[in-house]
Amino acid sequence: MNKTLLIFKHEFISTIRRKGFIILTFALPVLALLAIGIFHFASDVIKPPAEAVKIGYVDETQSFNQLVSQGNMVFVSFNSSEDATRALIEKDITEYIIIPYDFISTGLIQRYILQREVAPPPATQNAIKNFITSNLLAGKVSPAIVTRVEAPLNLLTTTLTPTGDVASKQGGLLNLIIPGIFSFLLAFSLSFSSAYVLQGLGEEKENRLMEILLSSVSARQLIFGKVSGIGAAGLAQVVVWVISIPILLKLASSSIGGILSMIQIPVNFWVFGIVYFILGYLLFAVLSAIIAAISSTVREAQGIASLFMLFSIAPFWFYSLLMFFPNSPIWIIFSIFPFSAPVLVMLRLGMTGVPTWQLIASMAVLILSIAGGLLLAAKLLRTYILMYGKRPTLKEIIRNIKRG
Amino acid sequence: MSAVEVNLINKSYAGKVAVADLSFSVARNEIFGLIGPNGAGKTTTIRMMMDIIKPDSGQIAIFGEELSESSKNKLGYLPEERGLYRKMRVIDSIIYLSSLKGMEKRSAEARADELLNKINMLSTKNKKIEELSRGMSQIIQFIVTIIHEPELIILDEPFSGLDPVNTELLKQIILDLRNQGKAVILSTHQMNQVEELCDRLLMINNGRAVLGGSLKEIKSRYRSNSVILDFEGKLGQVPGTTEKRTQPGYVELILDKKTTPQQVLERLVSTGIIINRFEVATLSLNEIFLKVVGKNHE
Repeated sequence: MNKTLLIFKHEFISTIRRKGFIILTFALPVLALLAIGIFHFASDVIKPPAEAVKIGYVDETQSFNQLVSQGNMVFVSFNSSEDATRALIEKDITEYIIIPYDFISTGLIQRYILQREVAPPPATQNAIKNFITSNLLAGKVSPAIVTRVEAPLNLLTTTLTPTGDVASKQGGLLNLIIPGIFSFLLAFSLSFSSAYVLQGLGEEKENRLMEILLSSVSARQLIFGKVSGIGAAGLAQVVVWVISIPILLKLASSSIGGILSMIQIPVNFWVFGIVYFILGYLLFAVLSAIIAAISSTVREAQGIASLFMLFSIAPFWFYSLLMFFPNSPIWIIFSIFPFSAPVLVMLRLGMTGVPTWQLIASMAVLILSIAGGLLLAAKLLRTYILMYGKRPTLKEIIRNIKRG
Repeated sequence: MSAVEVNLINKSYAGKVAVADLSFSVARNEIFGLIGPNGAGKTTTIRMMMDIIKPDSGQIAIFGEELSESSKNKLGYLPEERGLYRKMRVIDSIIYLSSLKGMEKRSAEARADELLNKINMLSTKNKKIEELSRGMSQIIQFIVTIIHEPELIILDEPFSGLDPVNTELLKQIILDLRNQGKAVILSTHQMNQVEELCDRLLMINNGRAVLGGSLKEIKSRYRSNSVILDFEGKLGQVPGTTEKRTQPGYVELILDKKTTPQQVLERLVSTGIIINRFEVATLSLNEIFLKVVGKNHE
């Protein structure tokens, strides 16, 4: 068998046998399952009660006495705050509000509750708002206008193609979910796969195995075999995660399942996903090999590598900015910058259309960086892998690269 | 055709000379000692032979050709800085590393069993490397070096860290390999091992060859022209000697340039003393080493 293939096989099997790898591969679907369970439990808990909720109110303006039923909430009038407080303590009502005499000029409403909370629940807030609005407008405008004032608009955006047709890919918050999850998994997987390369090469250096290996294979065969073997294991991990998604969806509640079934991800998103996973992985794996070659210990190598990994996760820090301005020049630059490109392009693909020239430029820069990195890694491996205990300075590395 | 032909190789690191104009050859069926003090350039020379690092100039031929990926399979190399995958089982380590030398899994396993049995370590076959003592894991590294029956075996400080029993075991295997027609290069600074095992040697210091040839020839070149005598009785002036050095348990008689040890023995017998020991004094390789290296350091 070809020696590169032998190293590939050895690295693939060693990686998938690692306890950390097995735990991580199955932990993610298990965590997702747990999250679904928690969602079910929480939605049961926060489900609005079947019987009507009574909210007390003291109206000092004497003008809020109609339309006391808002959804499943009923507004019960009290003459004084003392009466309302008594009813609250006796649990006749769940809370009460005071509409002061100067409400029209101030808009201020005082709310009283028994249990501390961070903010009023949206359903309660909405019910109070509608109660106030409908009373203020009652008799002055038609019920249809009252309804419109309560829920003024439902903005439905349609993206058109340059020719005026309806675009096949429409935006929307829902469409961010899968690209967001995918990009997160991509960053996660890139980080772990390249950590395995780093650890593998670092351990071989620390265990003094490198010279034994290099007496049988070339530095290039060693790096190719290692990077592809560990990469295949990383890909297998992603495949397990992707396969588990439909199973998890089936297990999910009808509400989540319903939401997710509305999401439409175009096929080319998945194609780009695989391409960027492979390119991104290769880039970080080659970078890991370079770092392992020049570092004296695995720990030191991990420290240096984590600096570069920041670039891949950085797009998540600016997620909201990215969501509202996905085509800003800064994102275009970072979509071409190789270390941030894989995750950033995938996020942008979920949010907006990325122009073809940007995709081509980003992939070309990634491919060139990988090719250059591989040559550099093989060269540095030969030079520095046999140096133990001392990390070369940047000046020494540059001088050695120049000398070839 | 020589197993190894090294011709005027040079290597420098950041302006510091590691190896300079070094030439030597190693034949099949011999154990060749590459000796020298620490930092002399032995390991650098070996790494250049193994194509792990490239010489700045000069040529190296292994079995008549430049080292290639396929000819690497003819080589067995035990480096000075060595180790194994700590979490792997002994047998898996041997099979994987021998597969990189072109061995099939089945034949590697059979040969591993044979070698492990030979050194009474078959019971460790399924143990993890991290469970073995340092000496035991070194024996496994030695097995990895020779399992694929290489034509050329390069051993860099093979005895360091081994107990006397394992040292003897290894020595016997090395001699067997030589007798099977293999070329063995032994790099060490343990002179007693070189004296016991090597047919020829090359001493290097500061990257340059300072002494070379067969062991016998080198020892005769550095003969001290004296005899060692352990006796009973009274010893006066012995004709043909210039000095008598008394040492604990024996005396050393320094001969003048015209007298041979044979003549001195005849004269001693004629004096009537009882002779318990008489031998021609030769310098040990260690003394020669110190003498040569010391001279070069001056």
